[in-house]
Amino acid sequence: MIESLPRLLNATMLTIELTLLSLFFGIFVGIFFAVLRTSKNKIFYYISYYYSYILRGTPLLVQIFIIYFGLGQVEWIRESFLWIVLKEPYSCAILAFTLNTGAYSSEIFRSAFETINKGVLEAAEGLGLNKINTFFKIKLPIAIKQSLPAYGNEMILMLKGTSLASTVTLLDLTGVAKHIISTTFKPVEVFIVAGSIYLLMTFIIHNFIRFLEKKYNYN
Amino acid sequence: MGLLAYGDTGWGDELFFATLMTIAVATAAIFIGFLLAAIFASFKLSKIKVLNLIGSFYTTVFRGVPELLVIYLFFFGGSGAVMYVARIFGYDGYIEINAFITGAISIGIISGAYSTEVFRGAVQSIDRGQFEASEVLGFRKKIYYYKIIIPQMLRLALPNISNVWQITLKDTSLISVTGLVEIMRMSYIAAGSTRDPLFFYSFAAVLYLFLTFLSMQLFNKLEKHYSRGY
Repeated sequence: MIESLPRLLNATMLTIELTLLSLFFGIFVGIFFAVLRTSKNKIFYYISYYYSYILRGTPLLVQIFIIYFGLGQVEWIRESFLWIVLKEPYSCAILAFTLNTGAYSSEIFRSAFETINKGVLEAAEGLGLNKINTFFKIKLPIAIKQSLPAYGNEMILMLKGTSLASTVTLLDLTGVAKHIISTTFKPVEVFIVAGSIYLLMTFIIHNFIRFLEKKYNYN
Repeated sequence: MGLLAYGDTGWGDELFFATLMTIAVATAAIFIGFLLAAIFASFKLSKIKVLNLIGSFYTTVFRGVPELLVIYLFFFGGSGAVMYVARIFGYDGYIEINAFITGAISIGIISGAYSTEVFRGAVQSIDRGQFEASEVLGFRKKIYYYKIIIPQMLRLALPNISNVWQITLKDTSLISVTGLVEIMRMSYIAAGSTRDPLFFYSFAAVLYLFLTFLSMQLFNKLEKHYSRGY
C-alpha cells in the first residue's frame, strides 16, 4: 500500500494538470456559449442549444474516442495544422474535457445570466454604460458569483472526468492505479490510496468554493 | 450506410443488441442504486449518529471518486472477494464473475450514492405536518412511511431521479473497459475491424443521444402523470 504511494502521487500531478487546464479553457467556452444562448439571434441560440444538448447527452468517453481515434482518420485533418493538437493523446484529452466542461458550464452561466435582476441592467443603462462595459463590469461579476455553487460541482465532475484520460493511454491517477492493480492484484489497497487522493482533491475544491462564496457574499 | 446493414454484412444487428445491453445494464444499475439509496437515505435521516456517519461516508466516497476507479475495483477485486467468501464455505475453485454483474453492481453503487441524496432531499422537503398528522392519527412508523411519506417523496424526487438516470445511462459506457459488449464496446470492435472509428463512435454518440432523448420524454410523461391534482 505504501510502496504505491510515490507513483500515485506522481500521477496525481497529471490529473491536477488536466483538470486545471480543462477548467481554464472550459470557462471561456462556457461563457462564449452562454452569451450565444442569451442572444436574440435565433441561429446563435440554436448553435449554443444543440452544442450543449449533444455534449451533455453523450458520455464523455464517446467524445474522447471521437476526437482521439475518430478525427485522426480524416485525411485533410491529418494534413492540416489541427494535426499538431490531434496526434497527441494529451492534447486530445484536454480538448475533449474542455468541450465537455464548456457545455456544462455554459448551462450554469446561462442560468446565472438569466437570474440577473432587470433593475440592475436598467440602472446600468440609465447611468449611460455602454454594452461592453455593462457586460464586463456588471453582468459578468454578478453571474460569476451566482454560479459559484453549481460551478463547484462542475469542477468536481471534471476532476473525476479526467480519469477517462487513462483510456487514451495517458497515465493519470486512475491510469497508474489500474496499472498497479493489474500487476500486483491488490485492488482494494490501491483503491483506498488512489480514492483518498481523489477525495482529498474534492475536499479542497469544495472548501475553495465555500471560501469564495463567503468572500463574495455581500448580502 | 452499408456498414449498418442488418445481418452478416453489416453492424446493424450487433449495435442493436449492444444498445439493448446498455439499456439492460443501466436499468439493473439504477434499481440496485434505488435499493442502496433506500437503505442509506434512511441511515442519513436517522437520529442515530453512527448511521448518519455511515450514510455520509457512502455518499462522499462514491460521489467523490471517479467512476472508472470504482469499476476497476470491482472488475479486479470482485472475483477475489467472492472466492474469499467461497473459501470460508470450503469451495476452493476459481470463480469468475460475469461482466454484466460486475458492471451493474459497480454502476449501481455509484448511482445509489446519487439516489441517496435525492431520496433524502425529497423526504426532507415533505411538509412536517404530514409526519405529525400521521403520528396523531396513530399510524405506526412503518405503515405511515410506506403509505404516506414514500408515495409523496417519489413524486418530489422524480425530476432528480430523471437526472440520476441520465448519469447512470452515460456511466454504463465506462463498463466497456471490462469487456461487456454494450454500445461503446461494440463500436470499439466495429471501429477496429472496419478501420472506421469516426463513423462508429459518432454513431455511438447518436445512439446515446437517442436513449437520453427517449428517457427524457418518458420522464416528462411520468412527471405530468404524478403531478396531476397539484
